[in-house]
Amino acid sequence: MQIQRNPQLNAEGELQHLLSIEGLPREILLQILDTAESFVGVTEREVKKVPLLRGKSVFNLFFEPSTRTRTTFEIAAKRLSADVINLNITVSSATKGESLLDTVANLSAMYADIFVVRHEYSGAPFLIARHVKPHEHVINAGDGRHAHPTQGLLDLFTIRHYKKDFTNLRVAIIGDVLHSRVARSLIHGLTTLGAPEVRVIGPKTLLPAGVSALGVRVFHDMREGLRDCDVVVMLRLQNERMRGALLPSAQEYFKHYGLTGDKLSLAAPQAIVMHPGPMNRGVEIDSTVADGPHSVILPQVTFGIAVRMAVMSIVAGN
Amino acid sequence: MRLHIKNGRIVDPASGKDGAGEIFIADGRISAEGGKADRVIDAKGLVVAPGFIDLAARLREPGYEYKATLESEMDAAVAGGVTSLACPPDTDPPLDEPGLVDMLRRRAKALSRARVYPVGALTVKLQGQALTEMGLLSDAGCVAFSQANAPLADTQVLWRALQYAATFGYPVWLRAEDAWLAKGGVAHDGEIATRLGLPGIPAFAETIALSTVLELVRATGAKVHVCRLSTAGGVELMRRAKQERLPVTCDVAVHHVHLCDMDLGYFDSHCRLEPPLRSQRDRDALARGLAEGVIDCLCSDHTPVDEDGKHLPFAQAEPGATGLELLLPLALKWGHASGLGLAATLARITSEPARVLGVANGRLAPGAPADVVLFDPAAPHQVAPDTLRSQGKNTPFLGYELAGRVRCTIVAGNVVYEQ
Repeated sequence: MQIQRNPQLNAEGELQHLLSIEGLPREILLQILDTAESFVGVTEREVKKVPLLRGKSVFNLFFEPSTRTRTTFEIAAKRLSADVINLNITVSSATKGESLLDTVANLSAMYADIFVVRHEYSGAPFLIARHVKPHEHVINAGDGRHAHPTQGLLDLFTIRHYKKDFTNLRVAIIGDVLHSRVARSLIHGLTTLGAPEVRVIGPKTLLPAGVSALGVRVFHDMREGLRDCDVVVMLRLQNERMRGALLPSAQEYFKHYGLTGDKLSLAAPQAIVMHPGPMNRGVEIDSTVADGPHSVILPQVTFGIAVRMAVMSIVAGN
Repeated sequence: MRLHIKNGRIVDPASGKDGAGEIFIADGRISAEGGKADRVIDAKGLVVAPGFIDLAARLREPGYEYKATLESEMDAAVAGGVTSLACPPDTDPPLDEPGLVDMLRRRAKALSRARVYPVGALTVKLQGQALTEMGLLSDAGCVAFSQANAPLADTQVLWRALQYAATFGYPVWLRAEDAWLAKGGVAHDGEIATRLGLPGIPAFAETIALSTVLELVRATGAKVHVCRLSTAGGVELMRRAKQERLPVTCDVAVHHVHLCDMDLGYFDSHCRLEPPLRSQRDRDALARGLAEGVIDCLCSDHTPVDEDGKHLPFAQAEPGATGLELLLPLALKWGHASGLGLAATLARITSEPARVLGVANGRLAPGAPADVVLFDPAAPHQVAPDTLRSQGKNTPFLGYELAGRVRCTIVAGNVVYEQ
């Protein structure tokens, strides 16, 4: 039997690629969060640039449409003074039948340093990472249902910003965990950083098999699950979930799992409310909560830039 | 051509014989007595056994010659000691017409290596709607009828197909997988699939379908062979069906007795298989079921896939593993781990599949067809792309250090492979 080395780490145990939060040591997660902390100041300056990635090329390879994540990666790369090339593959090579690895090999021939990859299939960034040149780095910007590590990291950053410490937190993640790469990444991050209680709340149709093995407590009753939580993370519910046999309707979903002020009052008084976006107001979250005093949804977006700057500068330096 | 094999350890699972002895071959058959041999083969240090019979080996002809050709895969077969193989009907076009079956048999025969037993399509184009001409396909040489991995969701069609096959005594080979429950799934529905974010196929996709098949066997009396069991629940259902003396047999693929979903690692597409690799508990139940005889046969489920088909994200990668050349070493590894003797181990790839096929080979009795393999059970076998003759280099066992190498393969009294 062969033992597979964690493909994200180089021989020295440093971050070579960022593919998933699962399997990353606590020290690396803290290194990223601390580095991001130092970049928050940059994003607030009048001249929002540092020269860390000057002369480097960042290829945004999006095989699945995205506005927010792609934009924040682009901004983060530009603030690090990198050259950014955006490729929207859904409308180029993939439709011409070019294989994923051929696309990557071609871009590699144009001298790439960092590939930021989003793909609809779980594991695609791992496949790419196995085939790039030693000096090239792959950052997973979301693969299928598997992982969205930079989102997970920016969620961790936001939680640390408001709550300072993970070791006394109760965190609830609510909604479509089955299809959510955001939930998986955040769960791994929280358990690695020592959050004592992570809860997932949702109907059985939207929770994956054996989810408790990830180290979470499962709740189906949202009121019960929210009780005394310090952090409330709402997940996006895609409209297409209503077309299969997973849920009857958006209205019924909102009745059971939509976050209202009334339900939120069961959480801890200083609870923060997070959402990875884009939000479906009136489906998973009520507008009064989304725009209310507990919401840290917009700061999440701002922190996302600093976190992505941190990840790019760290992998490029290793 | 008369052959005399001497100094070997003769292992004949059908008779239970395991000991020193010699084998005489004349006119393509095992012969009771010697005479002047044209060639004497010294089998010192080697096991002499019946040639292996593999109930599932895809040769990729017709239709998928870029993945493998009859020639490359027949080479792989005899290099692996496989002297008879059944090929599933999922070629392109599928084996649903007598002409195609006839052509495949002729092509295989012309290569004069392993014997090929085509399994005909149960439904036209494997679409699960209309029955094929089973009688004409039987005349053309089909030994059984199957959907291969194609779904048969319509239970009305399944019922009629089993009734029709039962009328004439044609065996039906079925994989037990509920088409709806398996829809879109690529991995065992459990903790690993949850971690990797892969759509799951629950274990009950197999047990529900198998319960349906067994109920239809009770109703129709059809002779059914269940292909590629993958779950502990499936093994239990087969155990009870056999206690009930239903006319059913079953097999398991060689990767399913050694691997489980944990072997997916970081999305290793070599572990993209149909049915999916399941939990450790399932794997252990399969290995035990095979040792206890609840599962009759071990097969390679040989499926050559080209590199492009595997260099894809896990869910998009083409399912299947190459296996003809690994059948012996992996059977030996399983037998050793199960504490079985060599005769009991080899029974699962010789006499038992012969019984399922209803053929006279798979044993070393005088008068039986002279399909014989000589192998060194201890010789190291490093699994690497350049040691495989099959055009498919896709196997989750790449890099494994196994034991067991075929030294000589004889089909119908002719030496077809020597190393």
